[in-house]
Amino acid sequence: MTADDGRRHPAGETLAARLQSVSHVFGKTRALDDVTLDFPAGAMLGLIGPDGVGKSTLLSLIAGARKVQQGRVEALGADMTDSRQRARVGPRIAYMPQGLGKNLYPTLSVAENIAFFGRLFGLGREERDRRMRDLLDATGLAPFPDRPAGKLSGGMKQKLGLCCALIHDPDLLILDEPTTGVDPLARRQFWDLIGQIREKRSEMGVIVATAYMEEAAAFDWLVAMDAGRVLATGSPEALREQTGTASLDEAFIALMPEEKRRHHHKVEIPPRPNNGGREAAIEAEGLTIRFGDFTAVENVSFRIPRGEIFGFLGSNGCGKTTTMKMLTGLLPADEGTASLFGQTVDPHDIDTRRRVGYMSQSFSLYSELTVRQNLDLHARLFHLPAEKIPARIDEMAARFHLKDVLDALPDALPLGVTQRLSLAVAMIHSPEILILDEPTSGVDPIARDALWQSFADLSRKDGVTIFISTHFMNEAERCDRISLMHAGKVLVSDTPAAIVEKRGAADLEEAFVGYLEEAMGGPDDGKAAEPQAAGLASAIAEGGHGTAADGFLNLRRILSYARRETLELRRDPIRAAFAFIGSIVLMFVLGFGISMDVKDLPYAVLDHDQTSLSRGYTLDIAGSTFFTERPPIRDRADMDRRLRDGELSLAIEIPPGFARDVARGNGVSIGAWIDGSMPSRAETARGYVEGLHAHWLAERARETLGDRAPSGLFQLETRFRYNPNVESLVAMVPAVIGLVLMFIPTMLATLSIVREKDLGSIVNLYVTPVSRLEFLLGKQLPYVALAMVNFVTLTVFATTVQGVPFTGSLFAFAVGGVLYAVAATGLGLFISSFMNSQIAAIFLTTIVSMLLAVQYSGMIDPVASMEGAAAVIGAVNPATHFITISRGTFSKALGFGDLRSSFLPLLAAGPVLIGLSVLFLKKQAR
Amino acid sequence: MRISNIWRLGIKELRSLARNPALLTLIVFAFSLLIYVAATATPITLNTAPISIVDEDLSPLSARLATAFYPPYFDRPQTISLSEMNRRMDAGIDTFALVIPANFQRDVLAGTAPALQLNVDATRMTQAFTGAGYVQAIVSDEITEFIQRYRAEERPAVDLVLRARFNPELDPGWFGAMMEVISNVSLLSVILAGAALIREREHGTIEHLLVMPVTPAEIMLGKIWPTALVVFAAAMFAITIVVKTWLAIPVAGSLALLMFAMALQLFATTSLGIFLATVAGSMPQFGLLLMLVLFPLQVLAGGLTPVESMPDGLRLLMNAAPNTHFVALSQAILFRGAGIEAVWTELASLAAIGCAFFLFSLWRFRKSLR
Repeated sequence: MTADDGRRHPAGETLAARLQSVSHVFGKTRALDDVTLDFPAGAMLGLIGPDGVGKSTLLSLIAGARKVQQGRVEALGADMTDSRQRARVGPRIAYMPQGLGKNLYPTLSVAENIAFFGRLFGLGREERDRRMRDLLDATGLAPFPDRPAGKLSGGMKQKLGLCCALIHDPDLLILDEPTTGVDPLARRQFWDLIGQIREKRSEMGVIVATAYMEEAAAFDWLVAMDAGRVLATGSPEALREQTGTASLDEAFIALMPEEKRRHHHKVEIPPRPNNGGREAAIEAEGLTIRFGDFTAVENVSFRIPRGEIFGFLGSNGCGKTTTMKMLTGLLPADEGTASLFGQTVDPHDIDTRRRVGYMSQSFSLYSELTVRQNLDLHARLFHLPAEKIPARIDEMAARFHLKDVLDALPDALPLGVTQRLSLAVAMIHSPEILILDEPTSGVDPIARDALWQSFADLSRKDGVTIFISTHFMNEAERCDRISLMHAGKVLVSDTPAAIVEKRGAADLEEAFVGYLEEAMGGPDDGKAAEPQAAGLASAIAEGGHGTAADGFLNLRRILSYARRETLELRRDPIRAAFAFIGSIVLMFVLGFGISMDVKDLPYAVLDHDQTSLSRGYTLDIAGSTFFTERPPIRDRADMDRRLRDGELSLAIEIPPGFARDVARGNGVSIGAWIDGSMPSRAETARGYVEGLHAHWLAERARETLGDRAPSGLFQLETRFRYNPNVESLVAMVPAVIGLVLMFIPTMLATLSIVREKDLGSIVNLYVTPVSRLEFLLGKQLPYVALAMVNFVTLTVFATTVQGVPFTGSLFAFAVGGVLYAVAATGLGLFISSFMNSQIAAIFLTTIVSMLLAVQYSGMIDPVASMEGAAAVIGAVNPATHFITISRGTFSKALGFGDLRSSFLPLLAAGPVLIGLSVLFLKKQAR
Repeated sequence: MRISNIWRLGIKELRSLARNPALLTLIVFAFSLLIYVAATATPITLNTAPISIVDEDLSPLSARLATAFYPPYFDRPQTISLSEMNRRMDAGIDTFALVIPANFQRDVLAGTAPALQLNVDATRMTQAFTGAGYVQAIVSDEITEFIQRYRAEERPAVDLVLRARFNPELDPGWFGAMMEVISNVSLLSVILAGAALIREREHGTIEHLLVMPVTPAEIMLGKIWPTALVVFAAAMFAITIVVKTWLAIPVAGSLALLMFAMALQLFATTSLGIFLATVAGSMPQFGLLLMLVLFPLQVLAGGLTPVESMPDGLRLLMNAAPNTHFVALSQAILFRGAGIEAVWTELASLAAIGCAFFLFSLWRFRKSLR
């Protein structure tokens, strides 16, 4: 057990969480190393420590989002390695992962997001609505219930995340860096809110990982971590006492092991040499940009002389990032000009780009390249001399403490380290201007100080101009000048000291908050509405968790996912339109285009005989619609060449003396050459030629022998059933319905899940009470519905526009359609259950659809004639059976009874595929 | 435009691909096993076609006819009753049902040319026509031989000698294997190029590239060459190792010419992939667009069904698709051993389409970056 001074250890009967000898490794990295820790219940608990020391891993283990590798993890008394206990305790825990709104759905509105989580936790409509109203009031989000989550500012996103976490009234709230990248005002509101909730429900425990020491200072109990181990635990005061330091920031640094501390020293920025007459490096004059009727940046002007560190502060979503993008040329300004080095920004000016380094807010490097490869790529793209690159990479690695991770992939690294990598990349080519968009968000205090020291060196020694945005007040204070921005406008621009003075505030943060509050008028303005604690009180007082582990399948949870999926589909009209119009286009093109009819085959004759008899023979062929005559063949070589070129599909050779030999009754042979490069066409052509030949023989016999001609031994009456005219359309259209239904719903179902994995919202499957089967069924339902809409449209299209008669049982066909839609979407679910990359998933789905629907479904070649693997695929393929049903009901006037043997496998296909998907889908991250 | 940038960006693509084991496995699978399955799926066009016989004659002749159908062309026939026939055909068990009426043998010997009835399931287009012809020939041979034991019959004076060029056995495996390679070439190249671009956009990396001294043309070419290279290598592996060695399918023409044609095709399809990616806003939209564009391209290019049989308007439209020309080219080169003098027009069309696609995509790509 770790030392625990327990001075302010809150009284509680149970522990919020308990870890015993927990270790966790990712590849070669040891994220947690034999951690044993008790988290007291009902308190505000903080996890502090540098980036990448295992804080997030620890939180996700407690939340049950990650599989425990080694040791024992208990949360609220439940063993998190046991899936049943985890399912039981799950509804009492709420987890907000790292990253702004990572578990939210960007296209869904504020209210829809909250309702989604409410349904997952089994809240009835009335309770859900009431709680949602109260939470929205409390967080100040009430004015924007219909705004899509993706359009919210960072602070609002985090508040929404909190609403979603609180909707089911958890006993344990786990927040992973909830305020990273959130502006000071929003951050203050966020913690006020948590405080109010805790006032009403003191039994609720909160575990927070944070990089802000001033936040941690207000917590009850802290755990300081480093390198996967616990360094110290205790109240903030206890930690300060233990280290003999005045602030928690300093205490944190003092707690770090010697080797990490050694590099650290207070940031010192020498004053700028006072020569005001120097030219401007960055200049903006009346910059304005509008997105639709929304003015994102309005009339922003500033002038930054060379070598200055210029800070950009402001609430989330106020236009800082947009302004920076205009400076880099990524966005064209609607009005005003931006100039770098006295030259107007021109997106096509390659040379200016070489003098600028830009770091965007979100990580935008290649996650599939290692740290070293990323640095190398950028160095080369900036055309650094090849021989200097290795040295430059080493230099950057040393400066940004990346030496140990040079060969790691960015995905495996914590936020703070990837931020440092982004900075290193932005600076690899020694630019004269650095434009940095929140470069220190999520970076731990020690590393942040180190970064600032390099900024100072760059600015003062190398004369690099630094344009930086930040939410940290102590960083803003280090800038030469700062601008405060709000709602697209610059409120004030001056040195930090002057701003504090002008405002008459105690410190910069107070001045900043003061300016913002002054600038915000009515409630329409963003985050004006003061949180209304009153509403929250009632929301919390009701208490009672949603009902959770009730039975095998919970319809409400299934519908919750189904509704979410439907909403998303509706919000993406392009996707819906593609799905709808696309199927008709495919039907039209493929229905008419896939034609087995062989006609207009080009042929030519090599006639050595040149008699009326020989010409009569060829005239017969010319008269047929199957063949089109080409100029006669001159000789064997000509024939060979023309067949080879593909100009001819059939060549007929009539031997010399043909008429004479026929007259004499000598045996004579006519030669016919068919282009065999496409076997099915060749077979059909062969049939035609033989038919024409037999016809000619019969005619000849009648001419020469008259009535004495033998009438033949027998007659073969061939009845082409179901499709008397042997039209391709009749044979193909019912099959194409099966093909289209296999293409579109399958692809959509696959991507709907792989996408959640790619974008991170899959974590909701991990930490909410929804089971895998419920999740899958909920995802599937909307696409089955979509498939059925397509099914109806296609059927109507086939019978009306394409004029294919429907003769059988419509009911049987419809039932077949439903079963097939379930199987086709089930196939998508199955693919997505083991695929993690969207590209690979698209490729696999395309191949599989093509294989199942086109090649081995009996659409073109009957399955009965297939051999080897193809025969097996054909037999278990849902498309085979649906096509049999489709053709049977369309053309053969059949119903259920006749098609029994096709319905049974189709009925089984859906459940089997869904069962396999449940088996392969993981309910926890690794 | 700087070659070194294009080279670097391309290397980056190859590295990313190397880190996607699922995708690599799929590529190998698509160019080996899938080819094999396609080649062995249907050994001959009319392979073990299901046939049954309704024998109401029960004569030596009808028995003889029943034994005349055997693999590989036909399955061994089932002898069924007339009432069973409809049910079996409805259920799709039989493609063919031959009805031998009562007293058939007697009437044949009497020279009254009695009628046999052949029922064909015409929804099975590929077998219906060919199979009916085979049945006619087989029955005719059997009856002729049978009758010759009773009376001499003169042979027809004029014989038709049919030979299939380039694939004498008309083995669909040859065709199937090559068409699978060709179809996978287009499929993979469009997906890889397009998805790589969408991925850059979804992960925000494209923005990063744009603040660096690289031009859109360099970015686009930096996606085109590695994609083309990977697909090209996979296809060559498939043709030389899987098709020629493993499946022992003879390749008639010049491999070098085919490689050249494939390079042109890849230029066109990768450009197409980039274009689709500029139209689609997200991966799901891209997936749908692929289905919409790729499938018609694949299915109507002449690889599955003959181009001549398409309606005229559609055929004209398909002439603007690279796949149509590539399929025609590969059929000519691989099966008919056509040389450059025979296929240069197709090559020129393919090159022209490739250039048009590239320029159009580049224009779209530049526009989409604004």
